[in-house]
Amino acid sequence: MKSAVVVFPGINRERDMMLALESVTGTRPVSVWHTETELPKVDLVVVPGGFSYGDYLRCGAIAARSPIMQDIRAKALKGLKVLGVCNGFQIITEAGLLPGVLVRNKDLRFVCRRVKLKVENNRTFFTNRLAKGAVVSCPVAHGEGNYICDPDTLKRLEGDNRVVFRYAENTNPNGALNDIAGIMNEAGTVIGMMPHPENMIEPLHGKTDCRPLFESLLAA
Amino acid sequence: MRAKIKVTLKTGVLDPQGKAIEGALGHLGFGGVGEVRQGKYFEIELAETDHAKAREQAKAMCEKLIANTVIENYDIELA
Repeated sequence: MKSAVVVFPGINRERDMMLALESVTGTRPVSVWHTETELPKVDLVVVPGGFSYGDYLRCGAIAARSPIMQDIRAKALKGLKVLGVCNGFQIITEAGLLPGVLVRNKDLRFVCRRVKLKVENNRTFFTNRLAKGAVVSCPVAHGEGNYICDPDTLKRLEGDNRVVFRYAENTNPNGALNDIAGIMNEAGTVIGMMPHPENMIEPLHGKTDCRPLFESLLAA
Repeated sequence: MRAKIKVTLKTGVLDPQGKAIEGALGHLGFGGVGEVRQGKYFEIELAETDHAKAREQAKAMCEKLIANTVIENYDIELA
């Protein structure tokens, strides 16, 4: 499985993401700089976490309009798999690949801790190795992870089984609607999530709970 | 020409920063303070001299970048 990780100024989780992808898939991902205009031929593109452009204007807003995102957007609409994590989720949402928006955490605090993450939909390219309803530990680190959208969008997300992950056991760290931690697009080819599964895959991370998520990529 | 753009959160969108400011105003002893909503203000210099075209340009900027219309409204003033 070939993958690419997109790098913007201010992104800081790209190495963790590349290591996680390489560790599980055995193939080193290609790193793609934001000024490039065309993605290499890959099966998956990951937009990693960090603070692209220092969160200027709105988190993810500037990165979402960068040259490489135009190509990612065009290819995503044709079915390329895209995974956005943390700032990456904010970026692909700002780019219009997913509905809704991530706003300031309800209590205004930056949260950096572990949450319980429940797999709500296990028929996706990132969750197929876990059972529906499985709960895993996963770290979060964000100041703006409060997912909101209009009532109609929420109804569609819930009704179409497009909520992929939910914070479980009262661990919602940011006030997100319906405890939403991750969602996907209608086609199931674009997934965005706030938590950082790439930081829970090695024994040194304390737990390896999120390794099956990356293993899912092999089956997809 | 200069576009002066105000971006505000739509009604009903939670504004925790506004809430915190509201609380701080209370701590400072300001009485009678109701709800506080925080917004953003931009000044953009435009080479365009035609009023209608400048407004159109500023509007496109707001729709594409300056505001996230899922949660924000914008108001353009030209000067």
